[in-house]
Amino acid sequence: MSDSLVREVAGKLFADLVPPKLVNDAEAGEFPAGLWQAVSEAGFPDALAAAAEMPGDLAGMPDAAAILREAASHAAPLPLAETMIARWLLAGAGIKAPDAPLTIAPVERAGTLLLHRAGKGWRLAGSAARLPWGRQAAGIVAIVEGRVALLAAKAGDLRPGKSLAGEPRDDLSVDAEVEVKPAAAGVDAALVHRLGALSRAVMMAGALDEVLTLSVQYANDRVQFGRPIGKFQAIQQQLAVLAENVAAAGVVASAAVEAAAGKGDFAFAVAVAKARVGEAAGKVAEIAHQVHGAIGFTHEHRLHHLTRRLWSWRDEFGVESDWQQELGRLAAARGADGVWPLLTAW
Amino acid sequence: MSEVFRFDPLMLPPECETLRQEVRGFIAEERAAGRWRAESDFASSHSPAFSKRLGARGWIGMTWPKQYCGQERSFLERYVVTEELLAAGAPVGAHWVADRQSGPLILRFGNETQRREILPRITRGECFFCIGMSEPDSGSDLASIRTKAAPVEGGWLLNGRKIWTSNAHKAHFMICLCRTAPADAGDRHKGLSQLIVDLKLPGISIRPIKNLTGAEHFNEVLFEDVFVPGDRMIGEPGDGWKQVTSELGYERSGPERFLSSFRLVTEFIRRAGTNPEPREAEAIGRMLAHLATLRRMSLSVAGMLQKGETVNLEAAVVKDLGTNLEKEIPEIVRLVARRGRSPNQADMLEEALAYGVLYAPSFTIRGGTREILRGIVARGLGLR
Repeated sequence: MSDSLVREVAGKLFADLVPPKLVNDAEAGEFPAGLWQAVSEAGFPDALAAAAEMPGDLAGMPDAAAILREAASHAAPLPLAETMIARWLLAGAGIKAPDAPLTIAPVERAGTLLLHRAGKGWRLAGSAARLPWGRQAAGIVAIVEGRVALLAAKAGDLRPGKSLAGEPRDDLSVDAEVEVKPAAAGVDAALVHRLGALSRAVMMAGALDEVLTLSVQYANDRVQFGRPIGKFQAIQQQLAVLAENVAAAGVVASAAVEAAAGKGDFAFAVAVAKARVGEAAGKVAEIAHQVHGAIGFTHEHRLHHLTRRLWSWRDEFGVESDWQQELGRLAAARGADGVWPLLTAW
Repeated sequence: MSEVFRFDPLMLPPECETLRQEVRGFIAEERAAGRWRAESDFASSHSPAFSKRLGARGWIGMTWPKQYCGQERSFLERYVVTEELLAAGAPVGAHWVADRQSGPLILRFGNETQRREILPRITRGECFFCIGMSEPDSGSDLASIRTKAAPVEGGWLLNGRKIWTSNAHKAHFMICLCRTAPADAGDRHKGLSQLIVDLKLPGISIRPIKNLTGAEHFNEVLFEDVFVPGDRMIGEPGDGWKQVTSELGYERSGPERFLSSFRLVTEFIRRAGTNPEPREAEAIGRMLAHLATLRRMSLSVAGMLQKGETVNLEAAVVKDLGTNLEKEIPEIVRLVARRGRSPNQADMLEEALAYGVLYAPSFTIRGGTREILRGIVARGLGLR
């Protein structure tokens, strides 16, 4: 399928199956099993794994990104990005994937997960903070250097937590036997961290699209002083800045997706995308709430389904400053006169 | 999901990368010969000698037809040449307006005499233009201009005053937006026309206006009964507004809209060294993330222009984001940079930083103010 067709199919599925109530119920702790089943039947969790032509390649990234962007614009409360990456890791390593929601570890670089030999097998030991959907996942796929481990969720100790959007983010402590295989060639913890960051950049781009739509619609509908507030220049100027940031985020997230699929420098592209989209997320959420006024601060209005996700996703798999530093070091290493060639090579 | 803007992804074709290496070779030669020092900004340099050398390479008017001494290269190839020259701080200011704006305008709307007489001279780097739009009482509200061209035997009698005209004192011609018919209450855009005005004509006086740094880049230009021959009218009388607005996509989306502070970025990185402190690395990364994003957006617009699409809205987005970045860069650098002066040589970082801070106010004014651009974007969103 072409990207745009995938996007259309995914967009329709999520529009039909993710009403605001479902998002609220998920936050209250009820996993949307029906939605997960529909998403599974559509093959979405396998978007990355199934498209790989060689073990570990990212040929499926454009389709995966199209799905994630749509899911995010509807605030679909599912571990879809995590399961996509997990299934791709397992497939690349030749481990059979459970047919259920999965998550990945670590999310933060400062994790302490280690693999060590125990007899003929392996044990996974240590801790990893804030695993997305940990307690609702059937398995946790850990990448430790160049090895992939599948941990049954019940085999680890999960301390429940939640994101700013009320999604499960659980701290894992583990010392358990696991199935381990070498990751596909070229796949390691650094690459998985980049994929996590890219997934968040793409998801933010999707949520940003919807925040723009909601904000323009609200500005056209809400009447004060006898006219829609969107007719006031003060509001127009704010919404223009909002829209420009949404456009920038969309462009740079798409560029990183292309880079993942082989067109360009992936490390550079992800660092740019996570840093720039994260900045846009903060700015856009701020303006959107200002434009929406008090109603946008209520639980009843669905703006927060998107903005709370933006605030949560911009912090995961590295905040802006982490990626800025990575990009800065990468660029400075080339020397001052090497920076322009670096920019134009992308 | 909203699709207000279109930014189609663009991969530069291989011929562009070949050309890029040629341009880099040329710049390296120029630098090795010590022919110029890097400038910060397209508007801050004026070197007719450099323009001639560039013209000799075929890199001015390079998209124009061969019959007017152009090279019939693509708009993307022009983009590559332009961005390489700007990133290197090459002194492109003399021919800049003629190459980007005036030449293409004459090619598209001008008559055959104008094309044959003027375009080849521009491509040789011998003929420079300035833009006659703003007036003392007309800035963002361009349609309110009062400079008037009255029909007389054989031509037009021009009276009025233009202001903020960059390089008028060094240019050969001005493209002057003027009224050839009174403003129509129903449609203020009617009755506007553009004349190619030879700045040596009698009745023209050019007075430099110092900018806040004391430098003289822009001018006031006074027209007192200046006779402009009839064949210097671009297109038909009354076509001025259409002409002015048709080129906005080109004027607002190019690399000059986000590279004005690029020299400061490179000097900052030079000072930070190849193993920067974390906060230096963070500042570098932040600026580069924005630059890389804008270049993508700007190239995307270039690709759509090459296909002949209308991109005024996307161009406004690029210019607003880009010029705000140009202003932000000195603010980022000044807080983080190691500011000790280096002995026995010019401090390039301080020089670039001074330029960035002092010229920053102009970045979001020239070529369409931030507020006007955001108004265009708001219209694109369906708010007005």
